[in-house]
Amino acid sequence: MRHGLFVTSALAAVAAVTFGSLVSCGGPPASSTPPVPTREQGLAAWGTINTVLQHPRCRNCHPSGDAPLQGDDSRPHVMNVQRGPEGEGRIGEQCTACHGPANPPASYGEHTPPGEAKPWHMPPPDMKMVIVGMAPGPLCEQVKDPSRNGHKDMKALREHWDDPLVTWGWNPGLGRAPVPIPHDQLVAAFETWSAAGAPCPQ
Amino acid sequence: MKLHINGTVRDVEEPGDTPLLWVLRDELGLVGTKFGCGMAQCGACTVHLDGKPTRSCVLPAASVGDRHVTTIEGLSKDGPHAVQKAWLEADVVQCGYCQSGQLMTAAALIEAKPDPTDNDIDAAMSGNVCRCGTYQRVREAIHLAAKIRKGAAK
Repeated sequence: MRHGLFVTSALAAVAAVTFGSLVSCGGPPASSTPPVPTREQGLAAWGTINTVLQHPRCRNCHPSGDAPLQGDDSRPHVMNVQRGPEGEGRIGEQCTACHGPANPPASYGEHTPPGEAKPWHMPPPDMKMVIVGMAPGPLCEQVKDPSRNGHKDMKALREHWDDPLVTWGWNPGLGRAPVPIPHDQLVAAFETWSAAGAPCPQ
Repeated sequence: MKLHINGTVRDVEEPGDTPLLWVLRDELGLVGTKFGCGMAQCGACTVHLDGKPTRSCVLPAASVGDRHVTTIEGLSKDGPHAVQKAWLEADVVQCGYCQSGQLMTAAALIEAKPDPTDNDIDAAMSGNVCRCGTYQRVREAIHLAAKIRKGAAK
């Protein structure tokens, strides 16, 4: 299947080059369709996505157990906070008890809980979407598997990058490192990976 | 700004980025809610926001909007709440500083889980720190409060 995709991609690339030659000879107007990325380009793009996913701003809420992590060192969350039945924490200790609708003002100082307009939460227990401890290959396979990624197709995955709780990673408030790869670079990498047939490293 | 506090709409003059805790204590004189750590790590400042425990020390007052705030002063409109009765009967309090936060979380717990297990109680109360170490009596009192609440409902 993957080989087939690669062949298709190669043919499309050849067609694009040929079509471009016709344009230079005064043929029909140029198509705006970019050339299909190669598998190698797709794998390189996955590398960028993987780096973002493994950043503490993303991975801290996607632990392998049921306790969220916190901080740039991804240490276990204080107060024995747990995922809970819906991914929103447990009664009396829900995420939103401390994580408000926005990052606190800088005047509140460091070590105050960050927040976002979309209520803070983790993946639910029946769809944990673990990132911590996942090697690039298995994580890649999980990300594109709707039965393990929250029932997302490629369009929904693309939209996920604009989810407020995701974009918070580039604006995490005082005392937390933002995701180091620019958001538009991540989106471009995702689109390259997707156009290349979403290849995964072995 | 206007805030819904304990069933009443209150006019507040403080800037919107003032923590709700300081609006409650300094402007409105509702001093039952306590300042502990100032960074949502101890639970002393717990109030209810639309019935859910929330740390008022890190919540800018302007973020409250139309949501309803309940403090320890407004926990019950008709005499002591079941958790307050149970707290007295089990003699929970030692120094008392953290107790209004403990009570607010406990009240929300038995509202959502009328018959909580020890595990439910430990989970719910993990964010409310008591320097005197009254945890065993807190647990006992919550079981008692659940019984009182069920008795009152009959």
